Order: sequence, then C-alpha cells, then structure tokens
Amino acid sequence: MKLSTWIAILLLVLESTAGDILISRAMKQTGDLQELKRQSGLLHVVGRVLSNRVFLLGIVFMALGFFTLLAALSWADVSIVAPACSSLTFLTNALAAKFFLKERVDRRRWAAALCVAAGVGLLAS
Amino acid sequence: MTPRKYLVLCSVMVLAALGDTSLSHGMKQVGSISAEHWTRIFAALLSPWVVGGIVLLIGFMASYLTALSWADLTYVLPATALGNIITAGLARALLHEDVTPKRWLGILLITVGVGFVAGGPELTPDTAPEGANCQPVAAQEER
Repeated sequence: MKLSTWIAILLLVLESTAGDILISRAMKQTGDLQELKRQSGLLHVVGRVLSNRVFLLGIVFMALGFFTLLAALSWADVSIVAPACSSLTFLTNALAAKFFLKERVDRRRWAAALCVAAGVGLLAS
Repeated sequence: MTPRKYLVLCSVMVLAALGDTSLSHGMKQVGSISAEHWTRIFAALLSPWVVGGIVLLIGFMASYLTALSWADLTYVLPATALGNIITAGLARALLHEDVTPKRWLGILLITVGVGFVAGGPELTPDTAPEGANCQPVAAQEER
C-alpha cells in the first residue's frame, strides 16, 4: 500500500474520531434531548444544540472527514480506504473516549469495539 | 434502559441503513459523477431516492444525537453497529449485491460485539453533567 494511502487513512480516522468525540461531549453538555424536548419543545432543543460551539466544531471535523474521504477515493482504492477507516475509527473512538471523555471503557467495551471493528472491516471490504 | 431508549437506538440503526440504501439506489440511477458530467449532481437532487435518502439521514443524525445525550460514545457506536448488517441485508434484497462468506463472518463478529455492550450500563455515572436529565431546563440554563 502506498504511503499516500496510509496518510489518507490516518487523516480520515483522526478527523472522524475528533468529530465523534466533540459531538458526544456537546450532547452531554446539552443534556437528555428527549427530556428537554418534553419540557421546552423541539425548537428550543434545536436552538440549544446549534448554539453549542463544541457541537459546531464537531460538525466541522465531520465535514473535513467527508471531504478527505472524497479526495482519498479519487486516488486511493476504495476497497482499502473505506473498511480500514470505518473499522479503525471504532478503536480510536474507544481510546479517545477513555482519555478525553473519561468514559469507563472496561474489558466488555474493548471486546465490543474490537469485534465490531473486525466485523465492519470484513463487511465493508 | 427504557423501551424509549431502545427505540432511539433502533432508529439510529434503521434510519442509517435505509438512508444509505436509498442514496445508493438513487445514485446508481443518476449515473457516475465526473468532471465532465458534474451537472449530474443537480439531477441527483431531483431524484426521489436521493431526496428520500437525505431525509432519512437527517432523521438518523437526530436519533444519533439523542442517543449521545444520554449514553456513552463507546456504548452507542457498538450498539448501533447492527445497522451495518441491516445495510448488507438491504443491499442483498433490494440492490442484488452478493453477501460473501467473508461478509457473513463480519456480520457474526458485529453481532458478538453488540452482545458485549448490550448487557452493560449505557452511561459512565461520573461523566454525566451534574444534574443533567433530571432538572428543569431553566435550572440547567442558570448553570
């Protein structure tokens, strides 16, 4: 595999992980959306989510990931890039959630992340 | 976990799978988009399959955000990975794509992975914002 393909995969995984971690943090800051909707209505919930800067930064990273994927697919092999990114992201998300979101990633969750990463890799290849 | 929360997780899986399948079907009807045929992107936006796919993916995003508001990322991602299996099933049934033995093994591994998180707690207690989900909105906004 070419060095450029490895760089594209690394970049994509980092951008996707940053997007997921930031959006997850923003949602925890916002609170239970179902409860908020019940109390104040849908428009209030939408406004509260869209006014969260961490959420908007997460969306920026997700958009960057999308455009990196489009660029990578124009010169790298889709059968390598897509499964590698989707499966590696499960593992980097587990690692990042442990350190940045302080989630309790126990053996059960590591096992789940490993199984799903391997499964998605096989399914997408 | 309440039945309502299970319903949100199911929505994440089903809406993502239906959205991806609808977009895939629509884009195959539109044809490949290249530098010479870039205006086809506008034709794609007129396809009911593409529009339907976009609407379904907006629904997926709303469900995904809702799930992340009360569950850990390391719970939501594996728990909703069954959506990949639904997508493979829809691709086989509607788009007539092959499901090879390698893909069946992938499906088995995803199912085992989902089984690992299904029995555990959805949220790490000390990471939840103080008082979130149980205080009135006004009280949360004061913080």
